Amino acid sequence: MEALIALAIGTLTGCGVYLLLRARTFAVVLGLTLLSYGVNLFLFATGRLIIGQPPVVSGAAGYADPLPQALVLTAIVIGFAMTAFVIMLSLRARDELGNDHVDGLPQSGDTP
Amino acid sequence: MMAHLVLAPMLLPFIAGLLLLALGQFSLSVQRWLAVLSVLAQIGAAIALLDAVSGGDILVYHLGDWPAPWGIVMVADRLSAWMVMITALLALCALIYAGLGVDAKGRHFHVLFQMQLFGLAGAFLTGDLFNLFVFFEVLLIASYGLALHGGGPERTRAGLHYVVMNLAGSAVFLFAAGLIYAAFGSLNLADLAAKASQLDPDNLGLARAGGLLLLVVFGLKAALLPLHLWLPRAYAATSAPVAALFAIMTKVGLYAILRTHTLLFGDGAGELAHLFDPWLLPVALITLAVGSLGVLAADQLGRLAGYLVLVSVGTLLVAMAFGIDGIAAGLYYMPHSTFTAALLFLLADAISRRRPLSGGRLTSDALMPQHALWGGLFFVAAVAAVGLPPLSGFLGKFLILRAAIAHPWVWVVILLAALLVMMALARAGSLVFFGATSKSTLPDANPGVPASASPMALPLLSREFLAIGGLLALILALTVFAGPAFDFALATAQQLANPALYTAAVLSGRP
Repeated sequence: MEALIALAIGTLTGCGVYLLLRARTFAVVLGLTLLSYGVNLFLFATGRLIIGQPPVVSGAAGYADPLPQALVLTAIVIGFAMTAFVIMLSLRARDELGNDHVDGLPQSGDTP
Repeated sequence: MMAHLVLAPMLLPFIAGLLLLALGQFSLSVQRWLAVLSVLAQIGAAIALLDAVSGGDILVYHLGDWPAPWGIVMVADRLSAWMVMITALLALCALIYAGLGVDAKGRHFHVLFQMQLFGLAGAFLTGDLFNLFVFFEVLLIASYGLALHGGGPERTRAGLHYVVMNLAGSAVFLFAAGLIYAAFGSLNLADLAAKASQLDPDNLGLARAGGLLLLVVFGLKAALLPLHLWLPRAYAATSAPVAALFAIMTKVGLYAILRTHTLLFGDGAGELAHLFDPWLLPVALITLAVGSLGVLAADQLGRLAGYLVLVSVGTLLVAMAFGIDGIAAGLYYMPHSTFTAALLFLLADAISRRRPLSGGRLTSDALMPQHALWGGLFFVAAVAAVGLPPLSGFLGKFLILRAAIAHPWVWVVILLAALLVMMALARAGSLVFFGATSKSTLPDANPGVPASASPMALPLLSREFLAIGGLLALILALTVFAGPAFDFALATAQQLANPALYTAAVLSGRP
């Protein structure tokens, strides 16, 4: 399970960073979204991966740490709001700058 | 009442922001008055807080009465109160200037402004790493709105870069916080500091990686090299009062670096002690060097002021690398550099609006109304920015150099940077003020517009005078009361050098 989670986090983060470095705002927004998915999964795993334990301290031998879930929830909410904001901003940039390049540069292949 | 004082600098702008949102349909002057009242109240709360912590007490507020490592805590020590004070004073001047008409160019300017203040105060007062992240997000999302306020292609383009850079930074912050939590099993700063020395050796790698990732994130917020690229353009493209308020934003990054550097990775942190030490000085010196070259290369006043922010960030970080004396010198220099940066942004805007042909570009233009007055103000601001006597910038730089007495090459970099900045400002002043010609000789002057109708004839508006004069008065006060201010800075540095005080206050103080 550790390997699977690690692979998933790594893939999401790697794809996110790759897309973040693209020159088009659509790819950048997708990249940010994937990056936040990677982060959320990572936060979820910071309480260690445990199966079949009570969710809070109960005097028994072990417990599954509930705190990372609270952190993930906060991160998801904030990430959701930020994604909404950056999508609106990208649309506005597309509108005002005439194309969807992150620097607003005119491209040779663009239709006017 | 005293027990709740810690929350006051946060709650006042938060409540005012909500009120402003509800009163959105009221006239702008009502909103302006409410906003100014809120900031005045915040200044009052900051003074009370400063007074309460000046004796060395550390005020801790346990939200919901939950004991420290489990509940959320807000902590006010000397450093937090100092930063809150700087923020509130700066905000008042920026807000007065915004009343000139920037706040009318879009909706909800004052709501965003108050929420920005809420986020700033929260970031300075929180005692928990994850809440630091949350308050960073609060102040960032307000700053996105403020940076884009008024619109326009250049602002949108610079704003997009600013937003994407900071969203990526937020993701890195979460990775860092996750790593710290995985290593320590806690995110309460005091609890982390207490656990740092007896950390399980298996977790050392996680803690180190998390700590250095934190440095990356805070470096991004503070615009340290090589993460500075977003700053000059974003600050030059946004409106002047917002840029003036943003002068404190880089200081939030510096504050977070200083807090983690002294509390988490201080002398008592065992294997983790001095984690940041190999990075602080080199990064600071390179930032200083590149910032001063940028000042020299800037072709317009706003850009110039933006690069001066970089120079001041570099100078402050140099100070932080030199122990108690350095941190004390840096804390004394902090308000000076913040107010000076804000002053330059406001002056750049005021001067640009009086030069209809060239705006903020460094070219000669027609004489402005009250030409000598604006020239004189720019001269005073330049003296403050370079750090020449008699203003507080000189004292701050002198104290920093004194703390770095054993490192001649640090002197070389700081003094050379000051020389470059002085050259750039002298050139800018010469071009803008001495190069001014009488308006009829300009080749591309618009002959159809009578002189009285052109924006050149703008009078010295009282709001403008209040904001700029207020910042100048603050710098003067910092010069005149240098003794008490530096004593406080020194006491703050000594308090920071002893993280056990912070830990004991947070963890033992059961509500």
